[in-house]
Amino acid sequence: MTLTFFWIFGVVAMAAGLLCITRRSPVGSALWLVVTLFALAAMYVLLDAQFIAVLQVLVYAGAIMVLFLFVIMLLNLGRPGPTDLKGPVGLGIGALLAGTLLLQLRVLGHAAPPAAIQLPEGTMAAMQQQGMVASVAGPLFDAYLIPFEITSLLLLAAIVGAVVLAKRKL
Amino acid sequence: MTGTAVDLIWLAPALALAGFVLNGTLALWRPNAKVAVTVIGVGVLVGAFAVAGAVVSAFAGLHAEAPVVQQYWSWMPVGTLQVDVALQVDQLSAVMVLVVTGVGSLIHLFSVGYMKADAGYARYFAYLNLFIFFMLVLVLGANFPLMFVGWEGVGLCSYLLIGFWFNEKVNADAGKKAFIVNRIGDFGFLVAMFIIFWATGSLDFREVFSRAPTLLATGGGAVTAITLFLFLGCTGKSAQIPLYTWLPDAMQGPTPVSALIHAATMVTAGVYLVARCNILFALAPISGAVVAGVGALTALFAATIALKQWDIKRVLAYSTISQLGYMFVGVGTGAMAAGVFHLVTHAFFKALLFLGSGSVIYAMHHAYHATHSHEDAQDMRNMGGLRRHMPWTAALMWIATLAIAGVPPLSGFFSKDEILAAAFTRGTVQPAWYAFWGLGLAAALLTAFYMTRLMIYTFHGPSRTGADAEAHLHEAPWIMTAPLVVLGLLSIAGGMLNVPELWSGHAWLHHWLEPVTAAGAALLPEAHVSTGMEWTLVAIAVAVAVTGIVGAWRLLKPEALAPARSAPAERGLAKVLRNKWYVDELYDFFVVQPLLWLSREVLWKYVDQRAVDGAGVNGAARGARALGWLGSRLQTGQVGVYVTVFVVGVLLILWRVAP
Amino acid sequence: MLLEPALVISAVLFTLGVAGVLLRRNAIVIFMCVELMLNAVNLTFVALAQRLGVGGQVFVFFVMAVAAAEAAVGLAIILAVYRHKQTVNLQNINILKG
Repeated sequence: MTLTFFWIFGVVAMAAGLLCITRRSPVGSALWLVVTLFALAAMYVLLDAQFIAVLQVLVYAGAIMVLFLFVIMLLNLGRPGPTDLKGPVGLGIGALLAGTLLLQLRVLGHAAPPAAIQLPEGTMAAMQQQGMVASVAGPLFDAYLIPFEITSLLLLAAIVGAVVLAKRKL
Repeated sequence: MTGTAVDLIWLAPALALAGFVLNGTLALWRPNAKVAVTVIGVGVLVGAFAVAGAVVSAFAGLHAEAPVVQQYWSWMPVGTLQVDVALQVDQLSAVMVLVVTGVGSLIHLFSVGYMKADAGYARYFAYLNLFIFFMLVLVLGANFPLMFVGWEGVGLCSYLLIGFWFNEKVNADAGKKAFIVNRIGDFGFLVAMFIIFWATGSLDFREVFSRAPTLLATGGGAVTAITLFLFLGCTGKSAQIPLYTWLPDAMQGPTPVSALIHAATMVTAGVYLVARCNILFALAPISGAVVAGVGALTALFAATIALKQWDIKRVLAYSTISQLGYMFVGVGTGAMAAGVFHLVTHAFFKALLFLGSGSVIYAMHHAYHATHSHEDAQDMRNMGGLRRHMPWTAALMWIATLAIAGVPPLSGFFSKDEILAAAFTRGTVQPAWYAFWGLGLAAALLTAFYMTRLMIYTFHGPSRTGADAEAHLHEAPWIMTAPLVVLGLLSIAGGMLNVPELWSGHAWLHHWLEPVTAAGAALLPEAHVSTGMEWTLVAIAVAVAVTGIVGAWRLLKPEALAPARSAPAERGLAKVLRNKWYVDELYDFFVVQPLLWLSREVLWKYVDQRAVDGAGVNGAARGARALGWLGSRLQTGQVGVYVTVFVVGVLLILWRVAP
Repeated sequence: MLLEPALVISAVLFTLGVAGVLLRRNAIVIFMCVELMLNAVNLTFVALAQRLGVGGQVFVFFVMAVAAAEAAVGLAIILAVYRHKQTVNLQNINILKG
């Protein structure tokens, strides 16, 4: 069952992704990307990453894509315009490179950590007991404290940068 | 070091070189200092002759069988090749060094008078001294490369001196022709040197000649190739068929130059080379035959051309080619002493003939200059009856004429007869040599004829110079006539050097040269003729000479000659002979023009302009620019391009990293 | 069990993202394709976290935070460029050279 549902959501994600990159209007692309993000969130739930799934919906689909749509509307790019796909030469090169990339990534289909590597015993039980949020948040303030703090600095820098760059006059 | 005067041998070429440097400096800064130039120019030659004399007498006192080699410094030590700057004193080089410095001194003295009024006086003596330096290096060198340095150096000096009056194109062209034709011969010399080193592992004379009998198979490919290529060099330097064409043109240079370089010394370098390498030629019987055959053929061929030349120096030039042919017949037969003997006597009487003709030309020039005439001062048709005005010159030139014709007991008779006898003797075991003897005999007949012709037209009969010019003709100054006297005495007495046993002589030169020639002579086939046969040969030779002289005296009518300006054109065989059998024209058509065409159409227009300039130079520039353009396509400023390149890079990394 | 399908889907999504970046000229759409790529990678991390530990999910957390920051700054840049060039068509924006 899980596998079936996973594949369903997977196909939805891939189809939405394809539609996203081929729409003429940027709004259309943004909306199809939102669909992709939702499908991915569903896949996260199936992969036992519920916290991440919720974060995906809240942050990615809810904040980042909204930001995208704000900017699109601000720049009045909402209406479908002439296609901005590249000409035949660009199309050919792009298709070639993407195809090659896909071929190279085929290897992922067979790649997997060796069966010998497994989660230590009792990890799942601990996770079930703590709850998903705590099991992700725990290491965040523990082993990954430094990256956590630096990320907050990064966000500060991003805020300042965004404000400065978008001002009409400095 | 022998501790005797032999150690001073380096002084001889050094004096000549010093003369060149000093006179050259004077030529550049004080060209009018003629007294200084004379003292230096003639002084170094006389000094060199004195040194040569001292060295040779000391060497004779040593009674050495082996050559004395003085090594001065190591020139080319490369791997197994060891070439030093070393001078070799042995019996052969002793003879040569005496001839070069002795006859050279006389000619330098003559030049003082002949070139007195010339603006390039200092330059002339500088070049002449340089020539003596290189000639001495040539004959004294102890190994092939050093000899080659001298070989090339005399070629250079020949070019400089032939084109001495370079302001006239015909003189410069003659100099160029001499140098270029000699280059072909030099190529032969070089190839021979390469093969010698490859076959024997050395280029030193002593080592090569001692190793040759063991390392080189008799009659084998290596030694035949060596000797034939060496002979190619000789045909160039010594003006034999097919590379003789430069010598008649070389007469454009001053007459003393013609005497020194193109009669007595430089052109004999080829004969010296064959004599020096007698072992190699003895090991290659085919080459010996080739040398003698070419020599005999050239002797007759050049003699036929001399029959119909009107320029007095041209006659002598072809005579030189012919006599050189005799010398090659001698050394080709293995009779090295005979060839060298003729070299020495020829130096005497040919130098005398050239210098005598120089006196004649000097007088004619003065006469025409005084009457503002533009006639050719060297054309015999403008001469005639000069013995009335120049008795000394006439008498001395008659001595030389009799010598070259081979009239006993003058020097030329002994040397020429010995060569012919050697050829005939070899003919008894190898019949081909009878043909060479026959050619030589025919050439002797023609020699006597054309030399008498020269004398008759120049000195006898009525004068065709024109009455007013004739009044200005007189004998040359004593400084020019004195060397002629010395040469005349040598032409008479020179035969004493090598009087054969037939005449109860001691064959002194032959025995003197034996340490050098014995090894080669031992490898030659044994042949004898009876004493009776020898006397018969002598009689035939004398008869031929007398026939030639008397025949010319009877048949030629100087009264019937017209001056050059109004002379009728020749027809038939006479025209062919006058035009030198059209050999120059043939060479031009078959060799020169194709080469010029090849150079212009192929090498210049195609290889140089299209390939080297177009594809090479401009092509490299265009390629660089194209590459640069390609590179610029990476920096378009377009993000899309940057991203594409980025993705390509990622793909490459994945390709290399992924399993 | 879900690992293989997850990886395959991730690869496809990533390739789609790359194709979009290569094929489109609109700057905002290209940006969206970059976000698509990031999400594909997130999927890989989460799938592997099932087998290798919760560190994978923590990493996804960070990726999202950085993506948010990056989106803000990137869109601000596009806004600034639009103000100067009146276009977001990347072919007309070519002064990043020399």
